[in-house]
Amino acid sequence: MAELPAVRDDWDYLPSAQTAEMVAIADKYGLFIDGRSRAPKSRRYLDTINPATEEPIAKVAEAGPADVDLAVTAARTAFEGDWGRMGGAERAKYLFRIARMLQERSREFAVLETIDGGKPIKEARDIDLPLAAAHFFYYAGWADKLEYAFAGVKPEPLGVAGQVIPWNFPMLMLAWKVAPALAAGNTVVLKPAETTPLTALLFASLTAEAGLPPGVLNIVTGAGRTGAAVVEHPGVDKVAFTGSTAVGKGIQRALAGSGKKLTLELGGKGAHIIFEDAPVDQAVEGVINGIFFNQGHVCCAGSRLFVQESIHDHFLDKLRNRLETLRVGDPLDKNTDIGAINSAEQLHRIEALVSAGVEEGADLYQPDCALPTRGFYFRPTLFTGVSQSHRIAQEEIFGPVLSVMSFRTPAEAVEKANNTPYGLSAGVWTTKGSRILWMADRLRAGVVWANTYNKFDPASPFGGYRESGFGREGGRHGLAAYLKGPWS
Amino acid sequence: MATTSALSVLSGSVTPARLRSYLNATPSVDEVGVTERVASLGTRSIKHGSKMTALLLAVTMMDLTTLEGQDTRGKVRQLASKAVRPDPLDPSIPSVAAVCVYPSMVPTAVAALGGTGVNVASVSTYFPSGQVPTPFKIAEVEAVVSAGADEIDMVIDRGAFLCGDYLKVFDEIVATKEACGQAHLKVILETGELGTLDAVRRASMLAMAAGADFIKTSTGKINPAATLPVTLVMLEAIRDYRSLTGGIIGMKPAGGIRTAKDAIRYLVMVRETLGTQWLTPDLFRFGASSLLNDVLMQIRWLRTGRYQSLDYFTKD
Repeated sequence: MAELPAVRDDWDYLPSAQTAEMVAIADKYGLFIDGRSRAPKSRRYLDTINPATEEPIAKVAEAGPADVDLAVTAARTAFEGDWGRMGGAERAKYLFRIARMLQERSREFAVLETIDGGKPIKEARDIDLPLAAAHFFYYAGWADKLEYAFAGVKPEPLGVAGQVIPWNFPMLMLAWKVAPALAAGNTVVLKPAETTPLTALLFASLTAEAGLPPGVLNIVTGAGRTGAAVVEHPGVDKVAFTGSTAVGKGIQRALAGSGKKLTLELGGKGAHIIFEDAPVDQAVEGVINGIFFNQGHVCCAGSRLFVQESIHDHFLDKLRNRLETLRVGDPLDKNTDIGAINSAEQLHRIEALVSAGVEEGADLYQPDCALPTRGFYFRPTLFTGVSQSHRIAQEEIFGPVLSVMSFRTPAEAVEKANNTPYGLSAGVWTTKGSRILWMADRLRAGVVWANTYNKFDPASPFGGYRESGFGREGGRHGLAAYLKGPWS
Repeated sequence: MATTSALSVLSGSVTPARLRSYLNATPSVDEVGVTERVASLGTRSIKHGSKMTALLLAVTMMDLTTLEGQDTRGKVRQLASKAVRPDPLDPSIPSVAAVCVYPSMVPTAVAALGGTGVNVASVSTYFPSGQVPTPFKIAEVEAVVSAGADEIDMVIDRGAFLCGDYLKVFDEIVATKEACGQAHLKVILETGELGTLDAVRRASMLAMAAGADFIKTSTGKINPAATLPVTLVMLEAIRDYRSLTGGIIGMKPAGGIRTAKDAIRYLVMVRETLGTQWLTPDLFRFGASSLLNDVLMQIRWLRTGRYQSLDYFTKD
């Protein structure tokens, strides 16, 4: 092989920090109930920290049962008052206004999202916030057209929606939940994740500025107990939860027989399938995006990679080379590809599962990149030689860890991909159109991406089945979760 | 030597069937994915010291080009002087890589650049259309090389490529390479006429196997000329060719690259696709005419904190 010129070390990207001066962070946050911030009756506060530095950012109220009760009462009053009687066109005005304000203040929200949650600023800036605004625009458009959404169904809201969202996409998950609920005429009590409450609170103040009537949106911060208080409150008509399968099952048990409507968006172990005729270099990018997007904290992450045997080694070479160029570090650096793991707890979970992978005999590969000395970080990780029976092939890791397996025939790919209790997402890479359809028919997943991955659009329904939950968010389907109808 | 590696790729003598099966092994290209990757690389934030390094590097990689019917010897001499010392007020700015001219201007360029370290590149093979019989093309290359050109920028026969006569394209490149002798050969694919990124990728693989030292996007006479997606696909082909044969091939986007910001996007793409080893004028060039002044302007801004109008930079 001919000799290459030397590696240049004189051109690295110097730090390019996103400034944060547009974000004002208070020392202490109350609960947002009935249109204003109030101190919690519980008198308890939790710290929220910056996972990139482990520094505390602010104290955030931990809502107790009395606080949740207040929030539900405010939501009920609003529902039975002006908001419930308001026409769809009027509701749409509020939603459009919120969407525009979210766009105008997009950078502020993105920076706060990064500081509180650890995701790279380029993702918060280019994906989370634009998509969150897009969801509000999309559902604003539905608000005065609900009678056309489902033929023969007179659109009627359910009432008070209790919504519990996760820490991986705080603003985006808020938008997925709040936008359709309000468009359909419901009122909301939303519980953000314990580790990422700040953008939801900033959003609360934005809705107040937008003139959203008091009580229509209430934000109760806290941990698991607060979430339980929201979903179990008898004044809640509808529960929407996104989070872990274990908690989702608990919620379903708790709600059994209560008459409350429920949608669950839970975990996943997405299969990413690469056929030998795939556009290889784009497929490598797709795999990288599928598992390392948002540090792998993605319920639909393509965490199991199935590569057709004939190109397995070649593909893995390319994948390993690509891993070397990923930039892990300060989430506020505009050139960071992989930011901080959201919490110490999540980091320990990832570390434990990766150790299990090594113990079970899979081959670990990590690039030799430097990590910041403080903060929660984990190197992008590839496991090859993985068996279906390994924990890393079965359990959701929710981190930047990819388990690679091979397959020989399309039928084997389907069998292996479906061999999981989850059913949220899958990806297929091939240039053969008929094979994409053949695979999509057989893959048991709510979303099947073809020659792309982790692609979201407000018009497209998203959700899973089996242990990945039920109900759809996004699109016309997403409205059904917030309207009375033959499905409820 | 390059033809040796081509023969090894093609396992012995080159037949239409072997050539076809070699090209059919080229992976397909997904245009949506390429566009996304380009957009994502485009968000790299290159500031301050990184920007200065990149801009100085870009100067050294430039093929300063004039390819007009109205070119004169005087214009070529001016361009040569700009090439050697791009900014008369700032001797620390390095020379560019080469001056690229039409064959008739090669003697003038050679006379002006002798001993300066700046190469003379000539477009050839009846650039830009290449629509003449092969012997004429070869004769032109020989004439240009004997006039002292260091680098030859040839055009492929797009008609032959698109109608599937890969052997004709291959043989012409092989013959041109032979005619080049010691001169370096850049093979222009004229990607704006190839229609799809799949065709760009296959044409890249074909040109490399036939002996190209560099592959180059465009003549600059056809729109679109160099684009980031096309360049990414060609860089990926270079990467594949390296792992397939061990051969090291250079890349030259040309036409339509006018701003320092664009130039940095290209360098980022090279860095993250092929690695920093490719960041040398031996393996990466910009074919451009107006790019240099914008780069000089940005360098002066970085050094002084002030923007100066284009009137403060020589137009040659």
